[in-house]
Amino acid sequence: MRSFDAETAPRVLGRPVTVEAGTFPETVWSEQVAWIDRIPRVVAMAGLLFAVLVVWWAVHHFEVASRIILPSPAEVGRDIVFVGKNILTGGYMLSALWTTTKEVLWGFFFAVAIGFSLGVLVGETSFGERAVLPYLVAIDTMPKVAFAPLFLAWLGFGIASKVALAAFIATFPIVVGTAAGLHAADENARMLFRTLGASRWQTLFRMKIPTGLPQIFTGLKIGAVGVMAGAITAEFLGGGKGFGELIRVAASQLQTPRVFSLILYLSVLGFLVFWTVVVLERKLVFWHRASVTGIDDRR
Amino acid sequence: MMQSATPVAEQTVGRSLARPVYQLRNVSKSFGFGRIRALDPVDLDLREGSFSSVIGPSGCGKSTLLKIMAGVTPPSTGSVILDGKPVLGARREIGMMYQQATLFPWLTALDNVLLPIRIRDGRAAAEARRKEAQDLLELVGLKGFDKVYPRQLSGGMAQRTSICRMLITEPQVLLLDEPFSALDELARDFMNIELQRICLSRNATAFLITHSIPEAVLLSDVVYIMSPRPGKFLEAVHIDLPRPRTLEMMTAPEFGEYVRYIRSRLDEGAVTA
Repeated sequence: MRSFDAETAPRVLGRPVTVEAGTFPETVWSEQVAWIDRIPRVVAMAGLLFAVLVVWWAVHHFEVASRIILPSPAEVGRDIVFVGKNILTGGYMLSALWTTTKEVLWGFFFAVAIGFSLGVLVGETSFGERAVLPYLVAIDTMPKVAFAPLFLAWLGFGIASKVALAAFIATFPIVVGTAAGLHAADENARMLFRTLGASRWQTLFRMKIPTGLPQIFTGLKIGAVGVMAGAITAEFLGGGKGFGELIRVAASQLQTPRVFSLILYLSVLGFLVFWTVVVLERKLVFWHRASVTGIDDRR
Repeated sequence: MMQSATPVAEQTVGRSLARPVYQLRNVSKSFGFGRIRALDPVDLDLREGSFSSVIGPSGCGKSTLLKIMAGVTPPSTGSVILDGKPVLGARREIGMMYQQATLFPWLTALDNVLLPIRIRDGRAAAEARRKEAQDLLELVGLKGFDKVYPRQLSGGMAQRTSICRMLITEPQVLLLDEPFSALDELARDFMNIELQRICLSRNATAFLITHSIPEAVLLSDVVYIMSPRPGKFLEAVHIDLPRPRTLEMMTAPEFGEYVRYIRSRLDEGAVTA
């Protein structure tokens, strides 16, 4: 037997091994796979969820926090089933969900239409960049939720004021994404299009917009998240018939399990909007890597 | 001929008696309302079917000169005549290639090749030229790569695709801005020989910007040496080697002689600047 010092000793799966003198071990050095990488993703996710639920249950069980503030996981679970039944059987919660869905979709529609147009104006024209952009930046730095009372005063307590705030919040990231995207094309591509005698229109649609699609979609994804926040905030402040109103009422009556389950169903709606954008991105920007979560991780 | 410190001998090679296709007179460029001189007045004649190279230190205005010739940037003074008509903007007769292949990742190799037709003449014209584009890809050794997207191509394959894109418009004049400098030496030699074959078979006039003296000597009838900023032509060196050139010629003593001479002239220019 020979002994080795820790630095130079042959290793199997990262651990030093001793080697008989005159023999040759089969594996001396091989990569180590961390335990977390050996279990399937679903199992890892389920394990984490289970751990969180256990902690939650323990906090509830030992009354670390008041039971009025923090209901047990079981109570929330029962309420999720209750709300789910109400929605599936076409109860008042379904119409509330539908109201919020309409607000979100219309809000996103206007945000995309206005945001993309403004983005092209800012990213493509000298007027837009020099005259319009400074104002957009100034408005973007304001807390946009603070405009909610104005929208309510102008558009009333119906769906319009909620659509307006949702669109208002979601527009800016789309403008920024589009404008940045139009600047993404490199000098060589611009030169090529100039030598081909391409018109401004051709340059925009055949080169600049396709090149900028990854950035445009980043803006759309941020906008898709913002549109939900806008709609719910407007409902909190301006009532109406949506899910935000249901949450506000439930919270004021200290029905915390209900608040939790309503938030869960809202997050499903938010996820669907977000996921639609991600699916569209994968289809259109097939040449560009977008991660599973939709979080941008380019380069 | 040329405004240059050294008088340039009249060309004696047979090819050079062809008519001039490209003529530059007193072309200069300055930036910042004349404060920064990028390119001092240049006169240049490119004869039909000739291959010329420009060699000079970085930032001597070579690329600016090429952009002016391509009609992409207007000169500050002077005029550029191509085929008897002044260059006032992009021209169909001109094909360009750059250091980067600049293929668009959302188009297949074939659609990238057809892009110039698509831009200039529309979708129907591009469809009609499909077969030609396929033939071009085959010519550069990319048969069967029609439907492949650029991310799956190696650097050399991408650059070959961009040659096809340049050739699909059947340009009379090729303006080449260090087209193969991003490739490894083997690929580069191969591409240079390909380039010569294409130019000879089409009687195309080529104008190449390069940093490699052997490359310039291998390909060119005339090598123009430029001084550092503000760029101006120091000398035109005529390369009197037979066509077609081969890679074996690079080991010949005359070849080494040309390389050494150009090298020494470049070094002088760098010192006097």
